[in-house]
Amino acid sequence: MNREDFPMLNNDIIYLDNAATSLKPNSVINKMVDYYENYSANAHRGDYDISYKVDLEYENTRELVRGYINAKDTEEIVFTSGTTESLNMIASGFFANIIEPDDEILITTSEHASNVLPWFRLEKEYGCHVNYIPLDQNYHVTLDNVKKAITPKTKIIALAEVSNVIGDVRPIKEICKFAHENDIFVVVDGAQSLPHMKVDVQDLDCDFLAFSAHKMYGPTGLGVLYGKRELLENLEPINLGGGMNESFDNPDAIILKDLPTRLEAGTPNIASVIAFSESIKYIQKIGIDKINEKEQQLRKYLIEKLVRIPHIDIINLEADSGIVTFNVNNIFAQDVAYYLNKYNICVRAGNHCAKILKNATNVTNTIRVSLAFYNTESEIDTLVELLKDKDKIMKEMI
Amino acid sequence: MDEEVKREIILEHYQNPLHRHLPEKEGYDKVNTANQSCIDNLDIYVDIKEGIIKDITFTGEACAISISSTSIMIQNLIGKKIEEAIKYIDNFDNMINEKEYDSSLLKEANVYDNIYKQNSRKSCAFLPYRGIREILAKYQK
Repeated sequence: MNREDFPMLNNDIIYLDNAATSLKPNSVINKMVDYYENYSANAHRGDYDISYKVDLEYENTRELVRGYINAKDTEEIVFTSGTTESLNMIASGFFANIIEPDDEILITTSEHASNVLPWFRLEKEYGCHVNYIPLDQNYHVTLDNVKKAITPKTKIIALAEVSNVIGDVRPIKEICKFAHENDIFVVVDGAQSLPHMKVDVQDLDCDFLAFSAHKMYGPTGLGVLYGKRELLENLEPINLGGGMNESFDNPDAIILKDLPTRLEAGTPNIASVIAFSESIKYIQKIGIDKINEKEQQLRKYLIEKLVRIPHIDIINLEADSGIVTFNVNNIFAQDVAYYLNKYNICVRAGNHCAKILKNATNVTNTIRVSLAFYNTESEIDTLVELLKDKDKIMKEMI
Repeated sequence: MDEEVKREIILEHYQNPLHRHLPEKEGYDKVNTANQSCIDNLDIYVDIKEGIIKDITFTGEACAISISSTSIMIQNLIGKKIEEAIKYIDNFDNMINEKEYDSSLLKEANVYDNIYKQNSRKSCAFLPYRGIREILAKYQK
């Protein structure tokens, strides 16, 4: 649905790598061009009309983001370069100051590198421990397994709301409730959930949430860090510089600005922030529930066809997202991706940045199809036809 | 070489690669060779005695081009003196980078003479050579 809104779809490709990045609708592209062509000034400097307009547009996006995730206050919305930077700020700017040796951080083996490595760094630097919540037989995270993994030393649970490999939707609300009863912080990596399902930070009651604009039909190089206000107040800026300070005379007399500006040093990604307003409006116009419904329909359609192909092993038969991960028997995932590329089909092959998941699944590399609402049944038919014939794959993959 | 013949040779070496196992005795030099831009990852083991490559084996996961290229390289290098091996590798390097080369030295490795047309697969074909070059450099004095 809504394919006419996406100019990339005029390029004769079948784009099935939406978990890596999504396509952008015209309204987002046009908004960005409008900024560069008509009011291309810096933000927070508003001594003249076009700069004032930049400030208005920039803060307008912040308000739209606040509304989209139902945060209490715009001061809880910080613009970053992406989920990765947000998670690093949370780990190194907040938790590094309160973590103690022997504290435990719980993650899973199916987390993306950006929700693993910042915690590994804390372990190395502060002597705390990163432990893993066991996955169930479908590689999903269950509340029961979270409860079992928690010890009196657990301080942080850091989880993707939707895994980028398995595509399972984690019970974040229930996890937050249980965690908070035990004085544990919950950090949510929303990179794969925000584009595809309703996320309400007050309802979830998560402490921090990180996500990226480019996976939400928005521009690249932009992400969001949400934190509960009282926590963000104690998040130390990693970057110091222009825009975030009130005054400074010497190293002992630096006064920083209030939230959220304090955490946005330097000239921000103005064009992307401004254009991101249109992504949110676009999602709201279609309705996130409709997007979710369409993507689940497409997934079901694809799964029903793939299970009938004997030489295909599906890794994640069950998942309430648009992510389908599989292998063609005895053919290296990347060779399948090369083969599909010959037919202009874009899929991802590899470990999808979840390098420790292989210990649980015994599968190192896979092919990942990640669907978006603008994909179609007919695109899936084309994909499935090409995967049906193993001899053809073998013949054409080189 | 006919494209269909090339494809058959590549597939044969992919499906039945030579020496894809750990070394059966000690004393091999080991090198890991991996492509940062993709997921190819191989360990190569080489037995060099008195300036001659006595044996090569490999383990790991990689695409059809990398695996077949490793198998063909092993076939072509075993028994060669270090200087001959280096000359062979330089020739292969030249071929996939569209420079002048002597095809008579490369034997079955000539199946990759068109690989330069697929930029993303050049590094696959060259993957085992990167690893073995590192090992040979240690012996080259």
